[in-house]
Amino acid sequence: MDQLQYIYSKRRKEFGKKCCFKRNKTSLLVSIPANPEYFRSHYILTNPVDTETQTMGGDYSECDQVNTARPEFEERGMNHFEGGWPKDLNAADPEQTLRFRKKIEKDEKYIHTILQLSHAVEHCILQNNALDIYETYFEPDDSCMQAEPLSAKGLNVFQDPCQLKRPVHHISWAPDGGTRIAVSHCSLIFQQATQVDLSSQTYIWHIEKPNNPDLTLRPPSPIVCLEYNQKDPNILISGFYDGRVACWDTRKGPEPVEMSPLEPSHRDPVHRTLWMNSKTGTEFFSASSDGQIMWWDTRKLSEPSEVLILDPIKGQEQSLNRALGAISLEYEHTIPTRFMVGTEMGVVFNCNRKGKTPPEKIVCQYNAHLGSVNALQRNPAFVKNFLSIGDWSAKIWSEDVRESCIISTGYGPWQLTDGCWSPTKFSVFYTTREDGCLDAWDLLQQRHKSVLNVKVCDVPLRSIRMQEQGQMVAIGGDNGTTYLYQVSDQLVVPQKNDKPMFTEMLDRETRREKIVEARKREKRVKGKVKGDENRHGSQAKAQETLTFEEIKEDAQICEAERHFLEAVQSEEQKKAAAAAPEESSEEASK
Amino acid sequence: MAAEVEETLKRIQSHKGVFGTIVVNSEGIPIKTTMDNTSTVQYAGLVSQLADKARSVVRDLDPTNDLTFLRVRTKKHEIMLAPDKDYILIVIQNPSD
Repeated sequence: MDQLQYIYSKRRKEFGKKCCFKRNKTSLLVSIPANPEYFRSHYILTNPVDTETQTMGGDYSECDQVNTARPEFEERGMNHFEGGWPKDLNAADPEQTLRFRKKIEKDEKYIHTILQLSHAVEHCILQNNALDIYETYFEPDDSCMQAEPLSAKGLNVFQDPCQLKRPVHHISWAPDGGTRIAVSHCSLIFQQATQVDLSSQTYIWHIEKPNNPDLTLRPPSPIVCLEYNQKDPNILISGFYDGRVACWDTRKGPEPVEMSPLEPSHRDPVHRTLWMNSKTGTEFFSASSDGQIMWWDTRKLSEPSEVLILDPIKGQEQSLNRALGAISLEYEHTIPTRFMVGTEMGVVFNCNRKGKTPPEKIVCQYNAHLGSVNALQRNPAFVKNFLSIGDWSAKIWSEDVRESCIISTGYGPWQLTDGCWSPTKFSVFYTTREDGCLDAWDLLQQRHKSVLNVKVCDVPLRSIRMQEQGQMVAIGGDNGTTYLYQVSDQLVVPQKNDKPMFTEMLDRETRREKIVEARKREKRVKGKVKGDENRHGSQAKAQETLTFEEIKEDAQICEAERHFLEAVQSEEQKKAAAAAPEESSEEASK
Repeated sequence: MAAEVEETLKRIQSHKGVFGTIVVNSEGIPIKTTMDNTSTVQYAGLVSQLADKARSVVRDLDPTNDLTFLRVRTKKHEIMLAPDKDYILIVIQNPSD
């Protein structure tokens, strides 16, 4: 007890003072060595002892996989050589086998079974003989169209990765089998880019990876249009918002390879740039709303190789003041020297590059639309006919007929922003509307309305591009999102008699327009002649307008009528396209 | 009774288009045949296997069910087999066309 107590005294005022611990060096206080003798005499071993062990270590090795010798399997046919004769029988001995057979034939069960089975077999044999139930009833009928409703399936959605969404202005498919699209974002609202500080980045997407763009391009100014070189999937050209053009190489990174300087470039945003057919494959031309078309060579972007001013008035001097701003360009690689320009004022110029003087370059004009011509494209199969999209309608023109279009879709409720032909099926074209809908038109089925209408989004759609195989279409909207749709096969696969029917339709419409043009010209000439006679005070024919009877008797009209009736009859006989009833109403209104 | 069997088989053989009849037992031994030996043995062996497999398919799908008849239509002819517990009757016919 004594050792457990230690009495010490402390001053009351020192109570509660903090203990000051001091660090001491380690020191051995006491060491008691083991004494085995002591243990042996005072302790005994316990037996048994409860201990825990683990079944591992020592002799036991951990194995978590046991593998048996794997047998090899092989598929083989078996050639049945000889039946399963009983063991005591010698199969080679014909007498024994014969005896065996005879024995079985005498068996009761055998007889019974055979009689039963033969009933079934006879039934089938007779059936076979009576009717060949396996003959082909229907030849594989490819031309029979499945009456499934047309549809467009949304495949992917590519969103603008930037915070502030900029509208998609242009889309271009890469020529490497259509697995990539280059999308350009640009807001064409005057100076919105500087006000709101929109980024000017554009992206190249791989169609199967909608989450991250394949490549980001960083131009100094927003790109208005972007176009892949159809022969080289790495080269792109672009036109900027500030009027410059640039050439890009996807292998070299996000900066443009070369840019044109500000001075010789356009003064307004470059709306379209297109590659030209040239031996070097480096030439392209650009169109802008300042009314100029410039030709460039990618090797030397310091100045354009040629400039054309879109002055609609043919004079010696081409004035930039009178020029019409160009919005869309059209170039067909099979016709290398001609191209078409669609302007802001709704006029389409058909131009020839090889003209010596500027007035010669602009071959003719078409008054296409009430507003700007948003898109122009030649039909890939019928290059003399082109599609123009603008204001509220889509019109199809024939190059020879200058006064008016040959086929028009009529004014829709919404403005059309872009359109293109289907690259595989010639009578189909697509248009995008300001209410966010995609329309597919098939001229061979119905002309007054679209065959397919798909609501893509709630914002206006700005651009549409078909992939060259014709099945996928990329559509860009004002919210910066690009939608990838796949259209049903009926709009992609051409039918056998598509081409002749469509050719016929286009020819018929062209002929009709030509006749109308001729009539109008005639009337004008007649009116002028009559006006001259009046001025000279000769016999004044009061009626300048032809009466209905005169119209009916007119030889040309009679001829046209006869032609028309014949054509209708032949078409009815062939049960051709249902455009005949529309034809009759248009003819009668002449 | 045996004569009846003979008659039946002869009748089957005489139908239009039939060019062979074989009766095989469960061990693959051709008991009665109207074709040459090699083809008979081939048919006997191969067809028994096919019939067994078909029967097992049918019974696996529904144990109360059983195979009654099997018709194999090929480009050149049709093989009809009527299987039983101990014997299989095989007829090869060239259909009407």
